[in-house]
Amino acid sequence: MQIAQNPLVNKLRKKPRIGENLIQAVLLICGIISVLTTIGIVFELGKESLLFFTMPGVTLKGFLTGTSWQPAIGEFGILPLLTSTLITTFFAMLIALPLGLGAAIFLSEYASPKARKTLKPALEVLAGIPTVVYGYFALTVMTPFLRLLFGSDTVQIYNMLSAGLVMGIMILPLVSSMSEDALHAVPRSLREAAFGLGATRFETAVKVVVPAALSGIIAAFIIGISRAVGETMIVAIAAGSGSAFTFNPLNAAETMTGYIARISGGDVAYDTPEYNSIFAIGMFLFLITLALNLVSRRIAARFREVYE
Amino acid sequence: MNKNNSIFESRAQGNLKKRHRVSKIWRSSFFLSTTIGIFSLVILLFSIINQAFGYVIVENNVDPASLSSMPLQSLEREELISILQENVSKNRFKTIQRDNPVEELKRSELVGLVTSEIIKPTTLKSYFLIPSLTNKAEIIRTQQDEFPNAVVQFRSWISPSFLTDPLSTNPDTTGIRTALLGSLWIIVVTVIIAFPIGIGAAIYLEEYSSNNWLSRIIKTNIDNLAGIPSIVYGLLGLAIFVRGLNLITSGAFIGIDQSNGRTILSAALTMSLLILPLIIINAQEAIRAVPSSLRQASYGLGATRLQTIWYHVLPAAMPGILTGTILAVSRAIGETAPLILVGASSFINKDPSGLFSNFTVLPIQIYNWTTRPQAEFRNVAAASILVLLIVLLTLNTAAILLRNHFSKNKAA
Repeated sequence: MQIAQNPLVNKLRKKPRIGENLIQAVLLICGIISVLTTIGIVFELGKESLLFFTMPGVTLKGFLTGTSWQPAIGEFGILPLLTSTLITTFFAMLIALPLGLGAAIFLSEYASPKARKTLKPALEVLAGIPTVVYGYFALTVMTPFLRLLFGSDTVQIYNMLSAGLVMGIMILPLVSSMSEDALHAVPRSLREAAFGLGATRFETAVKVVVPAALSGIIAAFIIGISRAVGETMIVAIAAGSGSAFTFNPLNAAETMTGYIARISGGDVAYDTPEYNSIFAIGMFLFLITLALNLVSRRIAARFREVYE
Repeated sequence: MNKNNSIFESRAQGNLKKRHRVSKIWRSSFFLSTTIGIFSLVILLFSIINQAFGYVIVENNVDPASLSSMPLQSLEREELISILQENVSKNRFKTIQRDNPVEELKRSELVGLVTSEIIKPTTLKSYFLIPSLTNKAEIIRTQQDEFPNAVVQFRSWISPSFLTDPLSTNPDTTGIRTALLGSLWIIVVTVIIAFPIGIGAAIYLEEYSSNNWLSRIIKTNIDNLAGIPSIVYGLLGLAIFVRGLNLITSGAFIGIDQSNGRTILSAALTMSLLILPLIIINAQEAIRAVPSSLRQASYGLGATRLQTIWYHVLPAAMPGILTGTILAVSRAIGETAPLILVGASSFINKDPSGLFSNFTVLPIQIYNWTTRPQAEFRNVAAASILVLLIVLLTLNTAAILLRNHFSKNKAA
């Protein structure tokens, strides 16, 4: 009773701080902006795709199974764009997976700390180079090289192989650095146990460390694939423009991203079939990469070996 | 018994040798995969340098010696203007006067004008650096046989005037000032938008949010946003900023007469959304690394939450946040695909003058020049790539130095 009458108590009581609450609300809004971005992407891509699919002559079935993409004459089958995306991605992963994993094993299991300190940043430089520079490299170095190798009759000036291989070089550092993180997280005791049983360094790496880090490595591979599917500038420059339904990697064929870049590069009028079609393809691309990213995260989380 | 033992031993020995051999072979193949990566980096840089320098065979429309007995660079402004007046048609001179009055031009700009209007050098053939160094005699012979009126010069496609001249459709006279300014404008505006929002979101996630559904959604969402291809952001920018908010991004709402929303503001807004996840993730890590003893001490002294964050957490986390931001910015500088969608003009020779200008950026120019058939544009593209890589290298070095500087200070 006495305490309550003491004026000091009122002074010490928690005061409402409107300013602080206001700032907290502003900070929350900052966080929500990222959610709004996702909603915006889904909404805008969905809205324009819906316009695309309600156009006369366009059906979802025809879109997914058609083998000809000729917006000018009303043929909207995504397969030619999809196959070329898959072919370039395949060659990119053909380079990036083995080399990326090999580099990761070398850096984590073999390299001396000093060698690691110089080699790792050098690989990271590759990751920092803009993709348009890789596109330039594909067109002016890789393609002439391939034409020298296989003959300029068989290799077209724009071809999927060149774009794919250079894309592989671009993705290599991503795969190697993510895999290396996974390998690095495997506890030392596992390696020492293997050495103690008489295993060589190679046997330790391949039979003990890599299996223990497998979830992280697979996650890295899937992220690599997702990056290759969404990559735009290399294929826009080196893989050719104009869709073609071909499985020959030495031919030119436009990918999904390449098509979006080419159509939007010219001044395309709003609400034309071309304009709406780039959003439909963008939606398709968004769903593929989102699924890959989610699968990658799920694998990394679910199959992670936990050591005490 | 003894015999058995030795057989076993020799077998084990043979086996061991084989195992060691396998181990060695794989060791070198792992090493090889690492070096292939680095080797491609070297080849890439080498090929760009190879194409940015070399001999060119140039033909001048008018011999500079016939204009003046002294080299153009040493002439006064008045002399240059009179040369210009004497040698171009009256109508052409009027056009030049209208575009940029010669009286206001600097001397170096006048030299450029005389070169592009009167001398009109045309590169007939260009050579890469390697053939230029190894095969000069052959180049001179080609010039004498095929282009008797031309001269052979060694050209560095990257030069001071290349940096300061505006874009033009002629590979001999084009510069990249317009594109450099466009890149600069976009980066500055992007940072102004994305930096505070990114830090705000990171503070909220690390310092305020409990583990409720809202913060979980925000966190998952940011992770997913970081994996979306940049071209999808371009589509978003095209639909929302260029088209949907046309009235604002074109500047029409404050009376700027622009017909479209393909402006610096649209591009910067798109870029901000693109690098926001990177900034948030990096800032979160930096804030998480601040020891909680610092917060406890601050609370213990009676500071409020906001005071703790503002006076203790943020200053301690700032080096990490800045490093992350610089890395995000260097990603934005090289980004091309989203800006194609947002409508970077391929050809524009007017410098951007504000938020509502049309624009082009360096990577877009590299893309355009690379896809041109003329060989000289490849040289120009290589020179632009060199500029771009030097800018990126500087930024990354700054980020590393910043990190080292502060981690040293902390240790001391």
